[in-house]
Amino acid sequence: MSPGGFELFSLLYIPTWVAVLAIGLFSYLNSAAILVYAERRVASFIQNRVGPNRVGPAGLLQPVADVVKLLLKEDVTPTHGYKVLHAVAPMIPVITALMSVAVIPFGEGLYVTDINAGVLYILAVASLGVYGVTLAGWSSNSKYSLLGGLRAAAQMISYELPMGMAVASAVLVAGSLSMVEIAASQEYLWNIFINPIGAVIFIVAAFAEANRTPFDLVEAEQELVGGFHTEYSGMKFGMFFLAEYMHVFIGSILITTFFFGSYHLPFAGYWLPELSPLLKGVLDVSVFSAKVVFWCFVFIWVRWTIPRFKYNQVMKLGWARLLPLSILNFMIIAAGLYIYHNVL
Amino acid sequence: MLENYFPILVLAIVAIVLAIVLMTLSRILGPFRPNATKLNPYESGMDPVGEARDRYSISFYLVAMEFIVFDLEVVFIYPWAVRYLDLGFGTFIAMMIFIIMLFVGLLYTLKKGTLDWELNNYRG
Repeated sequence: MSPGGFELFSLLYIPTWVAVLAIGLFSYLNSAAILVYAERRVASFIQNRVGPNRVGPAGLLQPVADVVKLLLKEDVTPTHGYKVLHAVAPMIPVITALMSVAVIPFGEGLYVTDINAGVLYILAVASLGVYGVTLAGWSSNSKYSLLGGLRAAAQMISYELPMGMAVASAVLVAGSLSMVEIAASQEYLWNIFINPIGAVIFIVAAFAEANRTPFDLVEAEQELVGGFHTEYSGMKFGMFFLAEYMHVFIGSILITTFFFGSYHLPFAGYWLPELSPLLKGVLDVSVFSAKVVFWCFVFIWVRWTIPRFKYNQVMKLGWARLLPLSILNFMIIAAGLYIYHNVL
Repeated sequence: MLENYFPILVLAIVAIVLAIVLMTLSRILGPFRPNATKLNPYESGMDPVGEARDRYSISFYLVAMEFIVFDLEVVFIYPWAVRYLDLGFGTFIAMMIFIIMLFVGLLYTLKKGTLDWELNNYRG
């Protein structure tokens, strides 16, 4: 509940947080549809082919057609599968993905709520998504599903550690666990300029958390068929699909918020003049969206450029490379900031 | 402070309702014509052999165990990272010793080969 906040909404007698929540949820759900279309168009551009261009102008209505198709498909639960878990599993990633909208600042004063444990909330909600994938693998009673689910669980918890350490080094700079204050603290200097190694670690970990190439072992078609969603059809499969693209979107948002200045232009504090609240709001949201769109594009770009790792390589990268590096980086940043504030 | 969590409650309810509505829509709109072959778990077109929930590699278990140790470490670090400038030099050194100890622990497990995925490399 932002005090003061954005004046436009108060003219309409809507509390700012309700308006931000509604718009945020709307853009989350639509981001998935748009990303599916974008992914297929970018992929076909990279592979020098046409891509979907039949449904609507330039194929823009393709996601709508996809959703209608998924809704009209039969919903199959395999024999000896746990019926209840099989139905609950696809809901978990969607719910947890949507929950993360609550603490993200989209602009100055444009956030749903500012809790003083925002970072912990984001990490907690993000790791709850593991349950959906694991339960899907376990409840399907299929060997491919179980292996996919186990791989997903091991991979996601492994990359959560370097991710947590990288975020901790961003917390050092802001001196707060509130997402709003972390965003605000980057007005003069984006975190990537203070902490470039942490940013790289966070980006790699974000790719692994979203189960995207080069870390998409979880659903490696050649060895695991469909991975954890082998036995899913209809909208249940659709929800995993939705969650996957929402995770790409959230990954981009978190990269932007923690390391790329959130809604600030580079070094904005030094040169940006005082603007009227409406103009500032529009500018903030445009800057934020532009950065998020860029990172979404990078997610797609990497997927169609880099081949997949082997599983032992994924685990080795996580535990033997990224985790020690992130711990060392954290200590260096902590020591550096301590000396900067107390000695210099 | 607690009223700041009210929007999260609202959001949770909206998200859960949305997920349930999507699932129900698919149940209502889709056909339902099950038969034994269709409901068989997929195993590349063959009849499934045995139960799927079989024993699996111990490495998954080891990873989960290591995860708990290092995740707790990260959780301990967060509160310190927020207030470290006010806590003085003694706390700073104490925290550095804590992190170095866990770092050495990580190097030890890596040297031992616990997290090597090829288990024949285990040098226990």
